Amino acid sequence: MADAAIHGHAHEDNRGFFTRWFMSTNHKDIGILYLLTAAAVGFVSVLFTVYMRMELMDPGVQYMCMEGARFFADPSSTCTPNGHLWNVLITYHGVLMMFFVVIPALFGGFGNYFMPLQIGAPDMAFPRMNNLSYWMYVAGAALGVASLLAPGGNGQLGSGVGWVLYPPLSTREGGFSMDLAIFAVHLSGASSILGAINIITTFLNMRTPGMTMFKVPLFAWSIFITAWLILLSLPVLAGAITMLLMDRNFGTTFFDPAGGGDPILYQNILWFFGHPEVYIIILPGFGIISHVIATFSRKPVFGYLPMVWALIAIGALGFVVWAHHMYTVGMSLSQQSYFMMATMVIAVPTGVKIFSWIATMWGGSIEFKAPMVWAFGFLFLFTVGGVTGIVLSQAGVDRAYHDTYYVVAHFHYVMSLGAVFAIFAGIYFYFGKMTGRHYPEWAAHLHFWMMFIGANLTFFPQHFLGRQGMPRRYIDYPEAFAYWNKISSYGAFLSFASFILFFGIMIYSLKWGKKVTQNNYWNEYADTLEWTLPCPPPEHTFETLPKQEDWDHSRSH
Amino acid sequence: MAHEKNHDYHILTPSVWPFMGALGAFIMLFGAVLWMQGITAFMFFGGLAVVLYVSYAWWSDVIVEANQGDHTPVVKIGLRYGVVLFIMSEVMFFVAWFWAFFKNALYPMGPDSPRIDGIWPPAGIETFNPWHLPLINTLILLCSGAAATWAHHAIAHENNRKDMITGLGIAVFLGLLFTFFQGYEYAEASFGLSGNIYGAVFFMATGFHGFHVIIGTIFLGVCMIRAIRGSFTPEHHIGFEAAAWYWHFVDVVWLFLFLAVYIWGGG
Repeated sequence: MADAAIHGHAHEDNRGFFTRWFMSTNHKDIGILYLLTAAAVGFVSVLFTVYMRMELMDPGVQYMCMEGARFFADPSSTCTPNGHLWNVLITYHGVLMMFFVVIPALFGGFGNYFMPLQIGAPDMAFPRMNNLSYWMYVAGAALGVASLLAPGGNGQLGSGVGWVLYPPLSTREGGFSMDLAIFAVHLSGASSILGAINIITTFLNMRTPGMTMFKVPLFAWSIFITAWLILLSLPVLAGAITMLLMDRNFGTTFFDPAGGGDPILYQNILWFFGHPEVYIIILPGFGIISHVIATFSRKPVFGYLPMVWALIAIGALGFVVWAHHMYTVGMSLSQQSYFMMATMVIAVPTGVKIFSWIATMWGGSIEFKAPMVWAFGFLFLFTVGGVTGIVLSQAGVDRAYHDTYYVVAHFHYVMSLGAVFAIFAGIYFYFGKMTGRHYPEWAAHLHFWMMFIGANLTFFPQHFLGRQGMPRRYIDYPEAFAYWNKISSYGAFLSFASFILFFGIMIYSLKWGKKVTQNNYWNEYADTLEWTLPCPPPEHTFETLPKQEDWDHSRSH
Repeated sequence: MAHEKNHDYHILTPSVWPFMGALGAFIMLFGAVLWMQGITAFMFFGGLAVVLYVSYAWWSDVIVEANQGDHTPVVKIGLRYGVVLFIMSEVMFFVAWFWAFFKNALYPMGPDSPRIDGIWPPAGIETFNPWHLPLINTLILLCSGAAATWAHHAIAHENNRKDMITGLGIAVFLGLLFTFFQGYEYAEASFGLSGNIYGAVFFMATGFHGFHVIIGTIFLGVCMIRAIRGSFTPEHHIGFEAAAWYWHFVDVVWLFLFLAVYIWGGG
């Protein structure tokens, strides 16, 4: 065992490079591929934001000029604002982050790697289809990049319609960039649906003997619930964007009032997917955070059963609140009242989770290791985002905040900060398990503080901007908004620097990091099955299924 | 450490098909965009050919594995879960089209929308009489479903290959007949796909259903060929079971289309 722990795959692994990484049927390798690809796409998407924050740093347009995009402001030459470029950047930032970064990293990456390990399954239920999910995701991302570089609206490249692809903007955008983007979303959706089928089947059919549903670790549960949300919401989106495609290319009038159609229909169907999507993004993060907090508080997680039921409740409620994204489209009062109330109800199961995490820490002996500080960051930032979410759920208040920077601040607190902090907590928690190397602890802490300060500096002032009435999705703004925009931009640059540091830490640790010698390098409260395996685990895990005493500590409830 | 598996799950050897399939999908969809732009249809069909070949090769591998005995009882349970979940996702795909239909049928757009709704079906649209060809098509599809169930009964309970082949033959024939009649109905339509919401909703909802009928017919046809070759036994016929479930799903979607779009929404 110790031998396998140190040499990892070298023991019996004689697969060639192409066989291992292109023809894989191994859930751990596919998980790694997902994580690496998501990191690469994420970096591109973050670069877009840096450029956008450069542009918003000062009033007036300095960088995105019709005369050519600039990286250094040049007051001596004229600059005609290039709104299309701006629109393209916000669109692809959203589309990439939504479909090609966060879902693949959390659901595809961590879900693939650790869900089967936690339930003691030797692999996924359909290992070959698992690889199809991954490569369809890559193909989708490639179509997305093609769309960015293809002829689009305003005689320029790319589509500038916002990630929600609302008609009539999306149906009237010129060129074929928009069509490529639609197919990119189709492919990534199909990839996620196949992944969801795989995860649900694995969870239901391949739990190790004795592991009944309510003995399954919380991360595996969170992935299972996420899979249901994907399975039931993404096909609906596929229908909606197929209608867009038909309207664009075949003269149908689903969303064109001239032919009896209704653009609001698109908004309804999109958000019927889009709201579950929010939970698809955050639920796996909930799972990771539960394990991290329990491990570093040296206590079993508080309230296992309520935690599971809260996940289920959030998943179910996520399907019945979609129209709170569209209070201002002219819904009846009773519709608005219903969606307002239903939305606020979600705060209850979410509160159950937050308070259970705090109760887990209560009386624990807390260790501030890198994953734990990220989990702390997550708790704080997600709660801030959740609280502004309750504010926005009021249909009346939303009249003032709709499409302002307040909304931008809100959803970046839950997603960019909530989900991304959960991803980093997961990476630092499992880095040794996946690679067999340790990262330098101080560097991970530096990364955390840079990102934490940077992200708060970026997004907290946006609440103020939103309250002052600054609308989102604009390339420019009046002088009155200059102060907080400048602060926000500084924060974005600091966050970006933290990303560079992160990649540095990863590369350094992979090459020169200290070797991991123990199966469980944290403590006995990291008690799920992945901690019984060597680091990195051998090619085939659990060839003899784990015994109940390996995992059933009867502490969880 | 002995490196051999001591469990009944199916651990697969590496396969090139997922990569090739995704590559084919990329080529096909990129080609579809080029085709819609009127540039070339060549790339689309090239990609389609790759996708079809990969499907064929992949499922051939599955059949080989099944014959090797890789499909243990627990793996078979997993395969059943997989099919049921796939069908659930398909149901949700149709939800989008029914949503578009019911929105427009219940709250049609008119000159004074949203204060006063318009009328449905929209003025000037001459809809199909549901009690002519659509009713016959309903009966055809239901009979086809019954024939598939007969085939299932024949193999599962009586190990009667001859009856199974006959049942599948009838099911496939009726499936083809349905597609033919549906094509005939489309050709007779007084409204077009473009320019009006009724045509958009009608053709896309029934069109995607028709597409699923074609897929299901091919699925059943493949099962018929396998039945003729003697691949199925009372214990091992997962592939056929999947085809039958899929076929019943297609049936049920049609019943909803028939009730909602043809009868209730037909004016």
